[in-house]
Amino acid sequence: MKNFFKRLSLGCVVVMVLSVALTGCAGGKKGENPSDSVSETTGTAVSGGEVVVGIQQDIDSLDPHLATAAGTKEVLFNIFEGLVVSDENGNVTPAVAKDYTISDDGLTYTFKLRDGIKFSDGTPVTAEDVKYSIERCSGLLDGTPLVKALSIVSGVEIVDQSTINIVLSEANSEIIYYLTAEIIPASSSETGDIIGTGPFKLDSYVPQEGVVLSRNEYYWQDGLPYLDNVTFKIVASAESAMMELQAGSIDIYPYLTDDQANELAANFNIGSNGSNVVQGLYLNNAVAPFDDVRVRQALSYAIDRDAINDFIFGGRGTVIGTSMVPGYECYVDTGYEHDVAKAKELLADAGYPDGFKMEITVPSNYQMHVDTAQVIVEQLKEAGITATIKKVDWSTWLDDVYKGRNFETTVCGIAGSLTPSYLLVRYQSTAKNNFVGYSNENFDTLYTKISTSLDSTEITEGYRQLQIMLHDDAASVYTVVPPVLIAMNKKLAGYKFYPIYVQDMKSVYWTE
Amino acid sequence: MKKVKSESRTKGQISDAMNKKSNKKGSKRTNAYFISGAVITIAFVVLMLVGLIHTPYDPNAMSGAEKFSSPSLSHIMGTDNFGRDIFSRVLKGISMTGLVAVSTVAIGGSIGTIVGAITGYYGGIVDEIVMRINDALNGFPSILIALIIVSIIGPGKYNVILALGILFIPSFARIVRSEYISLKERDFVKSARLMGAGDMRIIFRHIFPNVRSTLFVTITIGFNNAVLAEAGLSYLGIGIQPPDASLGNMLSDAQSYLFTAPWYAIMPGMTIVLFVLGFSLLAEGIRIKDEGEND
Repeated sequence: MKNFFKRLSLGCVVVMVLSVALTGCAGGKKGENPSDSVSETTGTAVSGGEVVVGIQQDIDSLDPHLATAAGTKEVLFNIFEGLVVSDENGNVTPAVAKDYTISDDGLTYTFKLRDGIKFSDGTPVTAEDVKYSIERCSGLLDGTPLVKALSIVSGVEIVDQSTINIVLSEANSEIIYYLTAEIIPASSSETGDIIGTGPFKLDSYVPQEGVVLSRNEYYWQDGLPYLDNVTFKIVASAESAMMELQAGSIDIYPYLTDDQANELAANFNIGSNGSNVVQGLYLNNAVAPFDDVRVRQALSYAIDRDAINDFIFGGRGTVIGTSMVPGYECYVDTGYEHDVAKAKELLADAGYPDGFKMEITVPSNYQMHVDTAQVIVEQLKEAGITATIKKVDWSTWLDDVYKGRNFETTVCGIAGSLTPSYLLVRYQSTAKNNFVGYSNENFDTLYTKISTSLDSTEITEGYRQLQIMLHDDAASVYTVVPPVLIAMNKKLAGYKFYPIYVQDMKSVYWTE
Repeated sequence: MKKVKSESRTKGQISDAMNKKSNKKGSKRTNAYFISGAVITIAFVVLMLVGLIHTPYDPNAMSGAEKFSSPSLSHIMGTDNFGRDIFSRVLKGISMTGLVAVSTVAIGGSIGTIVGAITGYYGGIVDEIVMRINDALNGFPSILIALIIVSIIGPGKYNVILALGILFIPSFARIVRSEYISLKERDFVKSARLMGAGDMRIIFRHIFPNVRSTLFVTITIGFNNAVLAEAGLSYLGIGIQPPDASLGNMLSDAQSYLFTAPWYAIMPGMTIVLFVLGFSLLAEGIRIKDEGEND
């Protein structure tokens, strides 16, 4: 009875604002119940309040230009903004800049600063701050570009106090996506302050625990953010996240497994969206036997990607065959068909007629990767390959696997960004983040060629060829683009899904 | 771990005194403990052996169609989130956990007994040093030491056995040592020495048989602790690595599905409880029986 009144009163709330993301979210979910339709509606937005968001990993750096982990960027997105920022549709919109123009030759970008824009400590953003930030990212300050794509910036000119010219050494149609590089005060090189122009400012950061943000009073968008405080709390595992959600100590958790989403559906708003993460069994191309293309292809044939999608993601993910996320124009729908006989044949060719033993290192905080690894172990068994799983914690994974390249295989997800190139750039043989050690001269040449091109058809075609090279060389076994499944307190609304890996809290609000 | 032992020892002393008065009552109680403990333990040993040879289904075989089936005739304990047969996994889990427990107690027990016997018999400076190291090991929570060892040598079956084995040495050493200290003053040792027996002969041929009963109780309690420790480590994700089943990692995986698939957690959980209960009853039974015979 109590429940009935609760529903009735919720249902009676007049729906004024309806978030695009939330209308799209609850559909197609298993075990839907009547309260779900209520949960899709949103009550009147209340300003203020506090939200705790569960995140999976610790922050690798609070300096936005030095942070590399996607799990850090998703938090820092709330503190910093660039001249332009990405929006929920995958485009860029002006932020610190009011607007911008591009010269005809594509070499000069002119930005007009937004009137009266201030950092979260109240100091105005000056042209010098912009110059400092862009120069720092592009390596003009000390020679090492912090954002590799910005290394083609050859100069930043201050035209007047609110106009900045960014000059490129070569034209690049994608550079605008990288000018989302965060604007920080020029003084921060000495003070070390963590200050940005984003909707929130940093209150405190405790390693292993989380980050506390509070509202930026000087934020340029009127009425935003709604919330007073946002806490990003690090939760050790998917299980503890479940318990914390049910106990009410976190309000939003964005990385549920399919089973968990079904379990939480009755008491939480569940949202689902395609992610930009390329999950795969990443193979260390530099060590035997994975230095043999036949072995890598055999693995690709042996692994049934559809089964992984069904088992782990309830069929809500998208099966992929190369390092690209569907949705980009250049996406190539490819992949090795599941064919155990073919896999065995290739293994025999490569000199492993009886299979071999391999180790899959998995970051233990990602339940979906651990589960996927278990499915893969079973599938490889059929092809005669004995795989064992080694669970390691996130920092060990980062050091040993991602940075140290000291591994055989690993199941993990590589997050994309606004531009498709982001998922391909790491496969250049000299790329610092080429942790699988892929090396193909043709790939390098073609990548260099199209990165300077301005012709969008040529670029798209080039990206397609690069993807096909990765597929043909079986650089790794690409499996699934997992869905993003988020659970949110029923009284919260306004959550927006982004095509990039961020948690945008400025539009989130409490209802009633 | 320590607590259980000291408790049972003090209880032992009390019932020791009682037994002297009425022997019959003690042996009657013995039977109930001993028989029920033995029945459960034997059942588990059988399951352990069965699990090594045969399981109804392949414990790792996945089936998308049978995800989260509740217990039924075809899957008597239901299936898990991969559609794997829980009964088969519990059987494998018992074997795995049993293997870890047996090996752990074997390592801890043999090394601990030798250390305890030698230090207890000789005493002196070696005894002091070894026992202070023992105290230091006991000073840390045992799970912490296991965590440290495993994080240094890496997770996995054999490393867990090694880590737990090291962890179990002090408790065995301590108990055996105290037995040796009291026994070495007894007349039969003195006469053996007068007959010209060497130290090693006295330690292993003369004193050791008298330590056996105490040691046996310690071993059964040790099994218990080993089962729980393995479950604990696997629950924390550093013990037996998936997809291999162990009772601990099954329990750990099951906790996300407590409400949708409660049988997933209940089955391995109840198995651990029964497993440990069996050993506890057996240990208590043996102890009481033993005291009855001694008097």
